[in-house]
Amino acid sequence: MGAGHAHRLYRHGHSPVHRLPAHTKIAAVLAFVLTVVATPREAMWAFGAYALLLAAVAALSRVPARHLLTRMLIEVPFVAFAVLMPFVAQGPHVEALGMSLSESGLWGAWNVLAKGTLGVAASVLLASTTELREILLGLQRLRMPPLLVQIASFMIRYGDVIADEMRRMRLARVSRGFTARGVRQWSVLAKTAGALFIRAYERGERVHLAMVSRGYTGTMPTADETAATRTQWSSAAALPLAALAVCLMGWWTL
Amino acid sequence: MHVPDGFLNAPVSVATGAVAAAAVAVSLRGARRELAGAAAHHGAERTAPLAGLVAAFVFAVQMLNFPVGAGTSGHLMGGALAAILVGPYTGVLALSVVLLMQALLFADGGLTALGTNITLIGVVTVVASYAVFRALVRVLPRRRGSVTAAAFVSALLSVPAAAAVFTGLYALGGTAEVPLGKVLTAMLGVHTLIGVGEALITTATVGAVLAVRPDLVYAARGLARPLVLRSGPVATPGAGPVPQAATTSTTTSTTTSTTTSGTTSGTDGPAEAPAPATRPASARKVWAGGLAATLLCAGVVSFYASGAPDGLERVAGEYGISTEEEEHGLAGSPLADYGIASIADERLSGGLAGVIGAGTTLAAGTGVLVVASRRRNARATAGAAAAPAADGGAGRAESDTGRTPAGNA
Repeated sequence: MGAGHAHRLYRHGHSPVHRLPAHTKIAAVLAFVLTVVATPREAMWAFGAYALLLAAVAALSRVPARHLLTRMLIEVPFVAFAVLMPFVAQGPHVEALGMSLSESGLWGAWNVLAKGTLGVAASVLLASTTELREILLGLQRLRMPPLLVQIASFMIRYGDVIADEMRRMRLARVSRGFTARGVRQWSVLAKTAGALFIRAYERGERVHLAMVSRGYTGTMPTADETAATRTQWSSAAALPLAALAVCLMGWWTL
Repeated sequence: MHVPDGFLNAPVSVATGAVAAAAVAVSLRGARRELAGAAAHHGAERTAPLAGLVAAFVFAVQMLNFPVGAGTSGHLMGGALAAILVGPYTGVLALSVVLLMQALLFADGGLTALGTNITLIGVVTVVASYAVFRALVRVLPRRRGSVTAAAFVSALLSVPAAAAVFTGLYALGGTAEVPLGKVLTAMLGVHTLIGVGEALITTATVGAVLAVRPDLVYAARGLARPLVLRSGPVATPGAGPVPQAATTSTTTSTTTSTTTSGTTSGTDGPAEAPAPATRPASARKVWAGGLAATLLCAGVVSFYASGAPDGLERVAGEYGISTEEEEHGLAGSPLADYGIASIADERLSGGLAGVIGAGTTLAAGTGVLVVASRRRNARATAGAAAAPAADGGAGRAESDTGRTPAGNA
């Protein structure tokens, strides 16, 4: 609990992107990704334009490109899947590099790669410029049910605590000479998971009692009720509106 | 396995988003009931901390690596586990929150695919596993063992169910023309394998929780037997040895917990020691049962055994290996090729040969074992080395390490 409650992707800064209210940013990213997904895959130039838009936002936020690119590596498993696609899909085949590749499979691989990469890039950008608490507050302002927001905030708050419990149990196992090599050791690991569940649940009961004794009745008081101004909304909407224009051009030129 | 953006087209993404939102709305209402516990009026205020901590648990347990061997490892998805431990509504909530946070904070799984991910990983696995679990528990006898079996089957089925639903969604809104039959077979095949792992881990985890806090397992709440009050003579100072029945409450609780851990962990691998209290009594029963089953198989079931060559023989035959096979040295013996030469009826001859063969093997094996154990006993009684019997010692050590994490709790 000694460490700051910032998550791994966040990068502190004071850029215009950082300063925008969280709910405008979440709405903008969601609209942007929806627009990207709705773009026809044949309009290849459109995806280049989207990438340029994201790069412009990234430059504005002054988050180093290295930070963004290394965090985008989470996408790698799907790249592997996309690479497989031209080999398993059916339909007319084309010859390329001495292999017979399915035409629709190539289009599908391109589709997943382009749209998935843009989606991951947009999410990483959002997470890099928005604090954890801000994201939760933003979700609440976007009319997500308050109970769900509370559950999410409890999960975030105690996620590190539970992960630390698990780390201590791992230390206890290791210091007793345990090494997990294969399926035979699963029962020990599963008992760890069971003990972890009991500890997590009992901690939840204790947290509940502690909160009730401090006057909790099921709703959290909202600290700040600052709504976003019209200028903030319009500057956040710049990204999805530009993307929408690109998308419409893509459909029109098809 | 999180679905990324662009995998399914926009209409299907929006539709699954609506399904996910409806499921979460229903779960928010249902979770208050599930988490209310004993005091019904506490529903609303207990939901957030408990569901939040369960979500944190699911998030953490997904980081627990289970080595498969050869350097690879897998992790739990947790749908079935959450459904069994905390109930379907809370399970859906916890998994949805975990997926939401993974999408927003870790960019794991696309934002537009969030509805799809919640529908598949959250709703389908939880609902499928809980439905199967309740149905099985209702059918099976009311015992701890049947809870374990139901947990195994429900966790096993939940993963291919999600894979099948994913294939259905892909048929509706997939972005590449991949042959659907092939996709379905591949997905079901791979995910059945994953499901076996998920089932093993889920079963062992549920068993571990059942052994320590059976009241916490939501799906098994109705199965707890009420405590029985046994009265016995009370020990008075100087009145001789205390009868066994005087210490009922503590003894019953400890024995039930040990037998539970024994029976539940019996399903997940050979590394378990059986419950020590029941070992001497049941050994003879197991032996007799095994003998009966062997004789039954050898004598009766072999009537119906396939006359076709087995896999190895067949491969050998196809690739011409068998031409180099020499006739066995005992081919002329009275029991050659699993039949008795002088009996004409093929079935009877095969069955008798089976019985005789099994009996001979058994006699030979028992003889070897008896000789070996006599020697070992002789060495142990004579011996300076007080080494424990190899198998018993190993089993005890395994079970001790197994208890360690729980013991820390």
